[in-house]
Amino acid sequence: MRRPDTWWQTVEPADADAQRQADGQTERHTPQRYSETKPEAEPEAEPKSHAGAGAELLSMTIAVPMTVIPRKRRGVELVLILFALVIALGAYAIVDFNVIGGISPRFPYLAGGCVGLAALAHIAVRWRLPYADPVILPCVIVLNGLGLTMIHRIDLINSPPTQGARQQLIWTALGVILFILVAVVLRDHRPLQGYTYTIGLSGIILLLLPLVPGIGIAKFGAQIWIHVGPYSFQPAEAAKILLSIAFASYLVEKKDVLALAGYRVLGLDLPRARDLGPILLMWLLSLAILVFQRDLGTSLLFFGLFVMMLYVSTERPGWVVLGTLLFGAGAYFGYLNFDHVKVRVGAWLHPFSDYDAYYQVINAQFGMAWGGLLGTGLGLGRPGLTPLARSDFIAAAIGEELGMTGLMAVIMIYALIVARGLRTALQCREPFGKLLAAGLSFAFALQVFTIIGGVTRLLPLTGLTTPFMSQGGSSLICNWVVVGLLLVISHHVRKPVATVTEINSAETQFVRAVS
Amino acid sequence: MNKPIRRVAFVTMVMFALLLGNGTYMMIFRQSSLAAEPQNRRVRDAEFAQNRGSILAAGKTEIAETEPSKDRFKYQRMYPRGELYAPVTGYYSYDHARTGLESTYNTQLAGTDDALFVRRLIDLATNQTPQGASVQTTIIPAAQAAAAQSLGNQKGAVVALDPKTGAVLAMVTSPSFDPNEIAGHDIEAAGKAYDRLAGEPTRPLSNRAAREIYPPGSTFKLVTAAAALADGKTPDTVVDAPARLKLPGTNTFLPNSSNCGGTKITITQALKISCNTAFANLGLEVGQDKLRAQADKFGFDQRHLADLGGLASQFPDKLDGAQLALSSIGQFDVAASPLQMAMVTAAIANDGVLMDPYVVSMVQAPDLKPIQTHKPVTLSQPMTAANAKLLQQMMVAVVAEGTGRNGSIPGVTVGGKTGTAQSDPTRKPFAWFTSFAPAGDPKVAVAVIVEDAPIPRQDIAGGRLAAPIARSVMEAVLGR
Repeated sequence: MRRPDTWWQTVEPADADAQRQADGQTERHTPQRYSETKPEAEPEAEPKSHAGAGAELLSMTIAVPMTVIPRKRRGVELVLILFALVIALGAYAIVDFNVIGGISPRFPYLAGGCVGLAALAHIAVRWRLPYADPVILPCVIVLNGLGLTMIHRIDLINSPPTQGARQQLIWTALGVILFILVAVVLRDHRPLQGYTYTIGLSGIILLLLPLVPGIGIAKFGAQIWIHVGPYSFQPAEAAKILLSIAFASYLVEKKDVLALAGYRVLGLDLPRARDLGPILLMWLLSLAILVFQRDLGTSLLFFGLFVMMLYVSTERPGWVVLGTLLFGAGAYFGYLNFDHVKVRVGAWLHPFSDYDAYYQVINAQFGMAWGGLLGTGLGLGRPGLTPLARSDFIAAAIGEELGMTGLMAVIMIYALIVARGLRTALQCREPFGKLLAAGLSFAFALQVFTIIGGVTRLLPLTGLTTPFMSQGGSSLICNWVVVGLLLVISHHVRKPVATVTEINSAETQFVRAVS
Repeated sequence: MNKPIRRVAFVTMVMFALLLGNGTYMMIFRQSSLAAEPQNRRVRDAEFAQNRGSILAAGKTEIAETEPSKDRFKYQRMYPRGELYAPVTGYYSYDHARTGLESTYNTQLAGTDDALFVRRLIDLATNQTPQGASVQTTIIPAAQAAAAQSLGNQKGAVVALDPKTGAVLAMVTSPSFDPNEIAGHDIEAAGKAYDRLAGEPTRPLSNRAAREIYPPGSTFKLVTAAAALADGKTPDTVVDAPARLKLPGTNTFLPNSSNCGGTKITITQALKISCNTAFANLGLEVGQDKLRAQADKFGFDQRHLADLGGLASQFPDKLDGAQLALSSIGQFDVAASPLQMAMVTAAIANDGVLMDPYVVSMVQAPDLKPIQTHKPVTLSQPMTAANAKLLQQMMVAVVAEGTGRNGSIPGVTVGGKTGTAQSDPTRKPFAWFTSFAPAGDPKVAVAVIVEDAPIPRQDIAGGRLAAPIARSVMEAVLGR
């Protein structure tokens, strides 16, 4: 008999059953799992479910009031974290071997730091979020570790080596501390729902802060940084979190109104004109980012996030159509009127028409082509030839030294995080957590898609960061907070519920014959 | 809200699938074109550090080889006797690309040629450094050395061909350069060396033997003679040879530079003493169309020896009478490379059959398996065998009793033709000599040019300056 892989099972029957049906894995209802609450007859009856009489039996299973004890899976998480650490530190050691011919004296400190941070994060989860998803944290650790490795590798190109990896490790530590704070102090995401407008307003202010003279500074052609004392910060990253929370709570509140249908065009219910306010506001905000901050990526990210959350909360595809049209119009307007957009599009469509202008994109292409399928090997390629290899173009550096195979593995790890996040959203029982988890996951996916797609010439290049890998404190710290929030939500999704309401068995009779 | 979340999940799945698909597409369809981009420094550096194959002269003499190096490139390209073979090997540099065979056989030498694909796989599997193929040339070291030595410090060029195959036996240009300077791993020093060489007024980087064209002067009379023979004249046909010829349609006179021995002389006599007025008259009689057709059959107006980027020699279009008269004696706008003149002589010596000149006889994989071999190719038949034999005899007479006595080798029947040409009145003339040996069973055809001949304009210049050089090359080929 298959080992019951049932940690994701929740006590919300409708959702769980639908999921089970989609998976076609009815045999997951195994006796062991329900042994606490199941009637005695259940174990004998179980084999019948394979024989065709399963439908009734299943519905019975669900109908019985019960307390589900999901597995915490912290042990699995620990094993995966160790695996992630072995990959990341192993990669780091390989870089040292290949570039300087031996382990650098700093390696033990770095290894200690990484192991310590991973252990702290794991302990915090074990202590405060014992039911949290066990896969997300190891994925994040391996990405963060590979990012550190790649930054260290690029440090070594310079003579004397730069200290990028050390700086990144410090930021990682800050990120992990914030992650632990979210896990330990926040513990529950639901109270956030009470501060819709405060959080939303601070998000918008943060987003627009780089435009304030004296604080904002332009770097690499984009005005997306603020300067406070000796530190610079990319507030869009923090705004991403704040606005996700604000959107989620706002939309939960207003979804019924926003779902009202207006005109019907081509079989599609368009929203009512009077409800267009929020989407137009977000559109204008995105345009403002595009025009004044010259940042295509951030603009796309926020607008995409908002439209997606609008769609999820209202279940009206009309919003998506409207949003896509608005974004298309905005992007076209940007293309026609702004040189920085033109340069990006030009580099995407025909990079070799102007070697000097599209130098960066061309060199990233050269690097990945040079790496080929299996890569040159860590420390053996020449990622230093691509400008900004440690930040915007870290995916190209990975593609060069670990090959397209390595880059695809990294993409799959991102996909795994997104999948776990969306699964958390699916399983969540209350709309705010659902929407927030879906929004954060989607924003994460959109960001990965946009930047890696830009580097590999699938899309025009944008200035977004590669989550957890690019060098840069703001992005790293904020993404750790995102992970913290996702784990908090998943903990609440999966933790046993104290009371179980009686479920009308008629509602659950939809399970059809399984055989 | 689960339905839209599932749809969003589907959309994210599509996004990730697009990323993976694009990566796959890039590897399959874009990788090779990206690697071929000239600005791709990764590929350029790697290629520069490769264990390139050797370029060999006849008898397996390495004229370009690769040696292990300890700096950032693993191998250093070396040219033993670099100056001597520079016109053939060219150079292989980091910043200034490649020339010569290093350029035309780059993929084979670098081992990236498709013919070496299986070899590369084996190297990959056995973890050996991939090695390039070697290129075997037809150059005979003794002939090459003899040519360079006898040319000495004079500006000029020498080309020696095997008349029966078209193989280039020697190709010397002077002044030459040392490719080692430009191929060095100290890229800055190499760049400076290149700039210095490129800036020199004597143009040491240019291959005078195949890539420069000069007025061929009296050596072109061979072509005029061939056209006359084809037109039905015989060596004994008598032509007018006045002391000076009034050029048709002008008031200018073409003088003879030497005494032609009478005003009515045979063609044999005219060639022997290189009589300008006789050949000008002969050209006027034959007509420009036939003369041009004859020149083209000898290979004018086409590029030859593409491996070394040979330049096409020219016979001008639409001539008036005066121009035709001058063209008949290799002046006006007629221009030929030393290679072209060697081809003319080779075709005459080979009983009228012109062989396509070539310098690479074989490309050999590192395991010595031939990847490509050259088989001699007939380019055209500019003369009938009978006429060719007559012209051979006339050329033998030139060396035996005419202007080309300096080209004679005791015990060998040598045929030849001298020439002196002036490109513009302020420059010193070019001294030419082209010859073949031995008559009847030709082993070698040579063309020599010496630029800026340090003697006043007279026909004897070719015989005095260039003929001894040709003789030493012929002797080297014939093993004397």
